Amino acid sequence: MASLDRVKVLVLGDSGVGKSSLVHLLCQNQVLGNPSWTVGCSVDVRVQDYKEGTPDEKTYYIELWDVGGSIGNASSVKSTRAVFYNSVNGIILVHDLTNKKSSQNVYRWSLEALNKDSSPTGVIVSNGEYDREQFAENPVPLLLIGTKFDQIPENKRNEVLTRTAFLSEDFNAEEINLDCTNPRYLAAGTSNAVKLSRFFDKVRNPELYGIFLSLSLQVASFTDRKRFNFKSLHYD
Amino acid sequence: LCHFPPNDSINPSQVLFFGFGWLFFMRRLFKDYEVRQYVVQVVFSVTFAFSCTMFELIIFEILGALSSSSRYFHWKLNLYVILLVLIFVVPFYIGYFVVSNIRLLQRQRLLFACMVWFTFMYFFWKLGDPFPILSPKHGILSIEQLISRVGVIGVTLMALLSGFGAVNCPYTYMSYFLRNVTDSDILALERRLLQTMDMIVSKKKRIAMTRRQMYQRGEDQNRQTGFWGMIKSVTSTQTGGENLSLIQQEVDGLEELSRQLFLETVLVQATKERIEYSKTFQGKYFNFLGYFFSIYCVWKTFMVKFWSQHISFILVGIIIVTSIRGLLITLTKFFYAISSSKSSNVIVLVLAQIMGMYFVSSVLLMRMSMPLEYRSIVTEVLGELQFNFYHRWFDVIFLVSALSSILFLYLAHKQAPEKHMAL
Repeated sequence: MASLDRVKVLVLGDSGVGKSSLVHLLCQNQVLGNPSWTVGCSVDVRVQDYKEGTPDEKTYYIELWDVGGSIGNASSVKSTRAVFYNSVNGIILVHDLTNKKSSQNVYRWSLEALNKDSSPTGVIVSNGEYDREQFAENPVPLLLIGTKFDQIPENKRNEVLTRTAFLSEDFNAEEINLDCTNPRYLAAGTSNAVKLSRFFDKVRNPELYGIFLSLSLQVASFTDRKRFNFKSLHYD
Repeated sequence: LCHFPPNDSINPSQVLFFGFGWLFFMRRLFKDYEVRQYVVQVVFSVTFAFSCTMFELIIFEILGALSSSSRYFHWKLNLYVILLVLIFVVPFYIGYFVVSNIRLLQRQRLLFACMVWFTFMYFFWKLGDPFPILSPKHGILSIEQLISRVGVIGVTLMALLSGFGAVNCPYTYMSYFLRNVTDSDILALERRLLQTMDMIVSKKKRIAMTRRQMYQRGEDQNRQTGFWGMIKSVTSTQTGGENLSLIQQEVDGLEELSRQLFLETVLVQATKERIEYSKTFQGKYFNFLGYFFSIYCVWKTFMVKFWSQHISFILVGIIIVTSIRGLLITLTKFFYAISSSKSSNVIVLVLAQIMGMYFVSSVLLMRMSMPLEYRSIVTEVLGELQFNFYHRWFDVIFLVSALSSILFLYLAHKQAPEKHMAL
């Protein structure tokens, strides 16, 4: 009962944050033993069951496209990477919790991917600068994953979690903080696993995501959000 | 002779150079990394500051600024600091950070760092043996011992880089060498790349599906008992397993192909951008400069000794500025290519070491480009080294490097059109 639909999710982030380990964990349910530099793009497939046990049961294959950042950011590399950004159903933004700069660069990665989206409902960002309102109407679901969670000392945890909370608010996306060398973080039943399957549901089911979007926009317009000056998180 | 000079414009400029080095470190080199060990940044900026001050002192020498005793004092001070940094501080910290990265040795970091430093000093000292760089009247513990060795390393480095640069500069900037790249070439490559990725995806889906079926069948097999059940389970998993390893091999091959296609596409894009750049005004300007400097590089090999004060000042100034700029750009590219969040500290320190040695040797070699009346201060400060040796050594390595670069670029250029046609 394999599905014929094609579901493509990009995995973006700075070089060395742990995208390959994350993708391996998500697709093979195993820890990657020998991580090495990703040249170009590496794809893997995650098998996801939908409505298991019911007559509507379907098996989806979610393609995770891990676009490596290790060759640098020359314009020739950027133009070549843009080839992979077509017809994307979802984006996972990965950053390293022990490296503040990688968290700032997440803005740049999302802009790069969304600018090149050639689907008719793609977001067009005109001046290249981050605009929160456009992310609120963005039709492509995002997920923020912070890696190397175990390497943060106890006393710095609160500071880091506050920072990532503001990040996820800016992107209107859920966030997961984990350690890619420990499958326990994504074990069935944990809140992380729930967030993950919710994200993949949104990716597979754009109408559901549209409803979620309009609901969250209505809620947002009524609440008074206390905002940290997010300019300090801005990429330089 | 150790009195403090009355008017002093050196110190503010040193602060300025330090600030520039600091900014360069933060804005360029460590753009994507978090600075956790500030000592690395300080060491890099100090090396940069004192290296630039040396160049400034040469300019002052030619211009006749400040009093000669004041210049002499600053030369000596600068030299001592630079040697201290290049021979004690930077190598020690390189050893320290390398050792910190290795888990086994982390407990006794300081001890192992000192051991590494002593090993470095041993080889550094041994460097003096094969080269006739000292005259016999120098004692063991004189400053000439240290400078001469730093000079050898730095001069070798300079000659290698200059030789490659002299060949690469005309190659890069002259349009004649650029291959003809059209948009359709790029589109064709991109299409091939995407097709390869799609094939990888479909094969991985098959693998996942087969694995799942095997897993489900495996569960069913466990329920089957008896002799025939056992035989069935063995045969079906075997064929399933064989299929899997076959598909996996195909996937590995396709992934390697996708990497090659990606790199090829990047190369072709870069060539196309370079062609477009050469058509712009800026591109034409640098093209002209490229012609000019390639002629200058050839001229330099024949060592024309016809200088007046103004020309020597201007040309020495240009050499200094372009060397610094060229070196920083090269180091930055190198750094981006090989660094990771773990090794960034070590690599920056290695770059600081290279930069310091490069600049010290520039001073050594620059002496020959300066008119006789200005050479005296360099001779006085650096002691009586065998300067002629350094120039001969530079020429030899320069020629070797230039010839190897010509050969290398010729081979690379020759291979490229064939690859292009095979597409």
